[in-house]
Amino acid sequence: MLLRVEDIHKQYGKDKVLCGVSFGMKKGETKVIIGPSGTGKSTLLRCINRLTPADQGRVWLEEEEITHTRASINKIRAQIGFVFQSFNLFAHLTALGNVRIGPLKVKGMKKDAATKLAMEELERVGLSDKADAYPAELSGGQQQRVSIARALAMFPKLILFDEPTSALDPELIGEVLEVMVSLAKEGMTMLVVTHEMGFARAVADEIIFMENGVIVEQGEPKQMFTNAVHARTGEFLNKISELYGETSE
Amino acid sequence: MAGSSLAAPSLFSEQETLIQNIARLAPFIPSLLRASLINIQLLIGLIALGYVFGTLTALLQVYGGKILGTVARIYEWIFRSVPALVLLFLFYYGPPRFGIGISGFAAAMFALGFRSSAYQSQIFRGAIQSIPSGQMLAARSMGMSRIQAIFSIILPQAFRLSIPGWTNEFSSVIKDTTLAYAVGFNEVLRTARIVYDTHYDLAMSVLIFVALIFMVLTLAGNALMGGVERRFRIPGLQVPGHEKTRQSSRTSSDSWGLRLRNFWR
Amino acid sequence: MTFEWEWIPKLAQGLPLTLQITFTCVAIGIVLGLLLALGRVYGHRLLRGICIVYIQFFRGTPLLVQLFIVYNGLPNFGITLTALQSGILALGLNTAAYQAEYFRGAIQAVRGGQMLAARSLGMSLPQAIRFAILPQALRLVLPSWSNEFILMLKYSSIVFTVTLLDLMGQGKRIASRNAKTFEVFLVVAVFYLVLVLIVSTLLRLLEKRVSIPGLGAPSEHR
Repeated sequence: MLLRVEDIHKQYGKDKVLCGVSFGMKKGETKVIIGPSGTGKSTLLRCINRLTPADQGRVWLEEEEITHTRASINKIRAQIGFVFQSFNLFAHLTALGNVRIGPLKVKGMKKDAATKLAMEELERVGLSDKADAYPAELSGGQQQRVSIARALAMFPKLILFDEPTSALDPELIGEVLEVMVSLAKEGMTMLVVTHEMGFARAVADEIIFMENGVIVEQGEPKQMFTNAVHARTGEFLNKISELYGETSE
Repeated sequence: MAGSSLAAPSLFSEQETLIQNIARLAPFIPSLLRASLINIQLLIGLIALGYVFGTLTALLQVYGGKILGTVARIYEWIFRSVPALVLLFLFYYGPPRFGIGISGFAAAMFALGFRSSAYQSQIFRGAIQSIPSGQMLAARSMGMSRIQAIFSIILPQAFRLSIPGWTNEFSSVIKDTTLAYAVGFNEVLRTARIVYDTHYDLAMSVLIFVALIFMVLTLAGNALMGGVERRFRIPGLQVPGHEKTRQSSRTSSDSWGLRLRNFWR
Repeated sequence: MTFEWEWIPKLAQGLPLTLQITFTCVAIGIVLGLLLALGRVYGHRLLRGICIVYIQFFRGTPLLVQLFIVYNGLPNFGITLTALQSGILALGLNTAAYQAEYFRGAIQAVRGGQMLAARSLGMSLPQAIRFAILPQALRLVLPSWSNEFILMLKYSSIVFTVTLLDLMGQGKRIASRNAKTFEVFLVVAVFYLVLVLIVSTLLRLLEKRVSIPGLGAPSEHR
């Protein structure tokens, strides 16, 4: 078990965003979390790497408990990649600079080695020719791919994707999903919050449907789409598939 | 002797033209220029002081937590609310009270320097706060410690975002150096005063000359800051409203190898 | 360090003058600044040039130099003013230049469509300015203007150099008699702190009552 999430609760004032969420992930698995907006999906991701502290509950990365008070949180975060909806590329660094800074500053690599590694990862997402461009000079899709390369450069055990394509123009979504699909096929462990059903159908090992802060149902894509146990699940999936349809593989 | 070009009864010691009046100023020009060098030295000293303490104060207010943050805030409030002249007096007459001798220059530098730090703190703080929160979030999510994130991600951006504010501060502070006059310090205004205390009909000419010196200094300062802004410019990293469309290709964070590659492209 | 209680009433004697100078010079600044701004935005070339030169001069040269020009330089041209008149005039001319820029910014922010609308109703240019542009522009400048007021409050202290007995001047006077300059001026500093606090609170209340978001913060030095 690579990731274990146990009974996470989170409340903002009176708003109960997460009410006891538990699940696990094995190495190499790709799981997709879906559900209506505001059901705490993003919050859950942030609780996993403690960007947002959970009120209650525990999380383990392999044998290490992330939520433990004495956990070395920076070391743990270095092993978990995070891709944001709004990319959050460092505005003052080039694409290369962005991908390189993690290995350089957090892992203490030498500059030459870090640069070489960064160029490899940029190559992997198809942007080696944009190494010297600043974020402002890149399209949304390109920025998100750089941000994926940035996560990859840390050789993470797991990558969390928080609605990676929601902020993109429709025609740019494809290039990002392409990268994500190839990552999944290469065996990266990925936990993805998204509406992109085509992606889920193509590579997800499991779909988790959340509503009102709890997991309503989880299961293999085929089964969820055709034979959901809860009516609500089926409803939601149909609605989403209408809107977002099939995207390219 | 040609009639005066000024018709009204004047205090000129004799009827003379404006040009003759200005010509009499000539022998004093070297000492005036030398005195303005002192203003420039004072300027450099106090801006540097203001920069160091201003940055520190801003960081304390944003990242320092309750106690340090409040201390910093009070510091800033005091040095912005007390008039510069009062500060000058305090720094000039204060140390001797405690047995420490202080020169006019040092007193002026500290008084105006700490004052500038309060304004620079405001500028820098505004810059830090205008950086989207996602930047810190992204840095932390890859395992950077808070300090690392502040130094590698926040500060480089805040620095660039502060440049317009600093340009303002720079041209303002140049003029404030004349306030040192009040503590008897021998900068250019006092030198001018000495000149026209004995040659009272040269008063206007001398003072206009000094005024012009400062206009030139201000222009030079603006040009300098413009150069700084260009040198450190990054596309897309600007105070909203100041956007420019030129794409800069200079950066200090790329390796030499890449710079060479660019050169040959 | 010892302090004397009697300093407080003595220093307070300088307050009326400080306030008088501040209010008067800001008043001059408003009127003159507005005229300069209008001249700069709507005037023909010569008028615009004159306004620009004025503004550049008074913003680009030190306030203290400007004060001396008025007090010591003008007599060269036969115009002799009292210290008080010089102080108010110099500060007034100075703040007018800065206020002109705030007004100009506000007017230009309002201009465009408002002017078109006003003219299309048949208003003449002066009418349009008076009824359409100014009411909005005046609200936009409020934050900058109140900042300016506080600045003038602090800078009014320079008049002590022409031997006026404002708060600062009183301080100097007391200090020259008892050689406790540091202590006296600590009290002076507190006076100014309190003054600035009161005035800025009042101004913030005024702003709230008129509230429309303003333009950016003005330069804080002279």
